[in-house]
Amino acid sequence: MSEAVIKATIEPIIEVLGVEKSYPQPDGTRIQVVGLTNLAIEPGKIIALLGPSGCGKSTLLRMLTGLSQPSSGTLVWHGKPLDGQMPNVAIVFQSFALFPWLTVLENVEAPLEARGVPAVERHKRALRTLDTVGLDGFETAYPKELSGGMKQRVGFARALVVEPEVLFMDEPFSALDVLTAENLRSELLELWLSKKMTTSAIFIVTHNIEEAVMLADRVIVLGRNPARVRSDFNIRLKHPRDRKSARFVELVDYIYKVMTEPEVEHALPDANTTAEIILPKGGLSALTKDALKKQEAPVRTARYQMLPHARVGGVAGLMELLHDRGGREDLFRLAEELVMNVEDLLPILEACVLLGFAWLKEGDVQITPQGVVFADADIQQRKVLFRQAALEHVTILKQIDSILKRKSDHSIADEFFHDILDEHFAEDEVQRQFETATNWGRYAEIFDYDREKGRLVQTEPPTPADATVVENHNSALPPKS
Amino acid sequence: MTHMKKSPSLRGFSAYRIWTQLPSIEISYLPDVLMFGAGIALFYGVLVVGRTWLGPFTPEVEISRSPLALAAYAGYSLLRITIAYVLSLAFTLIYGYVAAYNPRAERFMIPLLDVLQSIPVLSFLPGVMLAMVALFPGRQLGVEAGAILLIFTGQVWNMAFSFYASLKSIPKEMREAAKIYGFSGWQRFVQMELPFSAIGLVWNSMMSVAGGWFFLMACEMFVLGSRDFRLPGLGSYLQTAASAGDTRSILWGIGTMIAVIVLLDQFIWRPVIAWAEKFKVEQVESSDAPRSWVLDLIRHSRSLAQIRKKTVRPLSERVMLYFAQVRADDKTEQRSAWKIWLMRLLAVVLLVGIGYGVVRVAMILAGLQRAGLQEAGIGLAATFLRVNLALLLGALWTIPAGVAIGFNPRLARIAQPLAQIAASVPATALFPVVLLLLIRVGGGLGVGSILLLLLGTQWYILFNVIAGAIAIPTDLKECCSVFRMHGIERWKKLILPGIFPYLVTGMVTASGGAWNASIVAEYFHFKGHIYTTTGLGATISQATDAGNFNLLLAATMMMAATVVTINRLVWRRLYALAETRYRLET
Repeated sequence: MSEAVIKATIEPIIEVLGVEKSYPQPDGTRIQVVGLTNLAIEPGKIIALLGPSGCGKSTLLRMLTGLSQPSSGTLVWHGKPLDGQMPNVAIVFQSFALFPWLTVLENVEAPLEARGVPAVERHKRALRTLDTVGLDGFETAYPKELSGGMKQRVGFARALVVEPEVLFMDEPFSALDVLTAENLRSELLELWLSKKMTTSAIFIVTHNIEEAVMLADRVIVLGRNPARVRSDFNIRLKHPRDRKSARFVELVDYIYKVMTEPEVEHALPDANTTAEIILPKGGLSALTKDALKKQEAPVRTARYQMLPHARVGGVAGLMELLHDRGGREDLFRLAEELVMNVEDLLPILEACVLLGFAWLKEGDVQITPQGVVFADADIQQRKVLFRQAALEHVTILKQIDSILKRKSDHSIADEFFHDILDEHFAEDEVQRQFETATNWGRYAEIFDYDREKGRLVQTEPPTPADATVVENHNSALPPKS
Repeated sequence: MTHMKKSPSLRGFSAYRIWTQLPSIEISYLPDVLMFGAGIALFYGVLVVGRTWLGPFTPEVEISRSPLALAAYAGYSLLRITIAYVLSLAFTLIYGYVAAYNPRAERFMIPLLDVLQSIPVLSFLPGVMLAMVALFPGRQLGVEAGAILLIFTGQVWNMAFSFYASLKSIPKEMREAAKIYGFSGWQRFVQMELPFSAIGLVWNSMMSVAGGWFFLMACEMFVLGSRDFRLPGLGSYLQTAASAGDTRSILWGIGTMIAVIVLLDQFIWRPVIAWAEKFKVEQVESSDAPRSWVLDLIRHSRSLAQIRKKTVRPLSERVMLYFAQVRADDKTEQRSAWKIWLMRLLAVVLLVGIGYGVVRVAMILAGLQRAGLQEAGIGLAATFLRVNLALLLGALWTIPAGVAIGFNPRLARIAQPLAQIAASVPATALFPVVLLLLIRVGGGLGVGSILLLLLGTQWYILFNVIAGAIAIPTDLKECCSVFRMHGIERWKKLILPGIFPYLVTGMVTASGGAWNASIVAEYFHFKGHIYTTTGLGATISQATDAGNFNLLLAATMMMAATVVTINRLVWRRLYALAETRYRLET
């Protein structure tokens, strides 16, 4: 009931109803990238969309802005379905996406030119916006003369000059160094809080948990494969927020747990004072039901195991570190100490868990007995242990191994596995999955990969007797042919 | 040239100073005076050309051997190249655009480019000439148009491919920025697509124009059956001079040729390259950006700046706003039904046309004499051997020379510009001269043609080998020294693998060029005699001469098929190998 009341008072600017994004496969089924999602952007808020890399958050952002058409579902703009046109929004891109051949001023004027604003007026507005973001004096500079932070300011100016209703940002700070990012973040917050920008909502996509908790009034955490909303809550901490405060740390911890343990439901800490869960809407709206009906082609449900993109060296390093720390460590602290983004740490953690070297519990990572043995082993023993773990837990390596054993020439074309993966993943993910699999398989000496011929060839398994031979520690890297 | 580097505000100051200090007048007004002069000269040129071209057809233009006539001849040759280039550019933009944005068209347009690129352009000559003369009966324009069209077909394909490839590689986020900010098609074109493709287009234009000279020199004077086509130009001048055995005129001709090419480089290409620098997609400014004094001059010309401010800028503003308005009015970009039907109709007409052409060609080929085909087959084998021998000889001397130059920066500084000038002289311009020498020495065309092929193709290999040798990292060289690798070992382990990708690039270009050149190298009208040797090129030229179009068609298709096959079977594979295994990654 309270939901309805809120709806009546605050009308969302943009709403996606029952949207879903999937790519059709040759066999008639589809690979779903973004699962059925309802999302509303209300005015007056900074909304952060968090999720692991490759989970489809950028795809969701592109559907919200109208850049990309959803496979089904509707995009609603002020209560009216939007088909084809571009709503009044702007995007700040991770790569800045400035035109290098235009000066700073020309870059900012370009969107106004597109709207047919005459030269004098255009010039005035662009200069005013540049002044707002602190770029006066740089009008005639070309982007390549500027530092990363300055470039992103141009990106902000170009977005703000059109006075968008919603300002979208796609990982706007992740191409910048830590200090520059921090500085830019606080300036953005200041512009927002002092109402110096006419924008009525900000929607920021990020993989940086602290950034989200620092800026956002509402956080949406996405799970992956396909992307779906895992948690959606408001943050009620006052600005400026203190990173060291207990409430801040609690929230960061909570998000860590949600992101690392997709199967478990977690309770939001301190629900009364700092944050509040936005309840999932009771029942699907009529539009959503329509959308559901429209899904003619079946979505594949049986999922193939997805390898996290971690290098063997990373797994070994993390196990050693964990073992040194007595076998258990808080995730948040681990990331902080390693000065790593959760985006970079997560795949390594997932690999450790997948191989049975560690497990995750309540935001902590705990080493397993196998993990201890692995951490203690020398270079050759590690290979043997890794091989055992891989053949036990990793589906694709198991398949490759058994096929190679059965074939008379002990080799097989890589296309075979591309075909297998093609049925389960999108195109570039297939390539990445295969890269990781070859990387692991080569290290475990399950097979060797002849890139020129495109064939996987069985190799002699490593034996502990080889342990006396000193080998290159980096044997996880593909050997130079 | 130090004053060129001053900032705009300092320039303003110096303008004010003119009234008090006279010496700076020369510097400040020089660009304007030059520009004014250039304008008047251009006007005169247009008048003269118009008078000649629209004049009646003169089948046997007397080519004067006086050095004084050379300036005008050079002008005519230059004009043909320019017009052909402008046509190529227009075609490039349209073809590349359609291929990049229409997936259905893309599927056949890109393979088509590959085939068109492999067709020996010179064998088009007779057909194109006759068609054009028939199109403009009784006017000099016909022959001119034929020559221009021929140069066009020689230079357009790589430009079109470059533009298409650039459009395809525009970063996704840049495209999204243009879309989210609602750029009109026009704005997208001038602010994103054209600038992004500029550098590739500039370099390919340079290559194309160099190729254009090659064809122009060959087609300014040629015999078709009983008809003798002559166009006043540098190529015909050189041929006439060589025919007469007039060494002085030959030297004048070659000197003028080199002068034209050096001037083109200084006044067109260098400024354009320096200007195109701003279109480089790079994160930081590169330290050694190319510079051009002509570009500096143009940038500092105040009258040009005034003209731009008064004409170009308001005009582009108008156009930009017009298209923005059009876009705003027509937001739902829905194509009406009749447009779709029109497109379908066009496609059907096109398909029927292609089908008709294929059937006709098949009929012609079926009616061919056995003997003719046999001769062409033997010719193919002979030319194949000749081309590859020329490539081998070229590689044999250019690889050691190129590596020596590349490894020695001081030598490179001296040798590179010299080699560039030598390479820029179109081989076809030198053919008559070399032939003259050959006749004096007493060698036949059988051996001579290899020399002629070499003349045109060795430079591609040399330049690429030099570039490859320069690109080998110093640490790898030092590593070889540390392990005491010398002589053959060093060549096998470091140098040959290091230059491999560059060598392949050079050989591909050289191979294509050599096949094309064989048409002019194996058969030559000279001093009233015909010099010829066995070869597919000779077959093509002979068929042209005799007006045997069936044989001409068959031989041309044979050559095109051979070039395409060699490209697919040999060069493309080597290319792939170079891209994967022999790439020096940092």
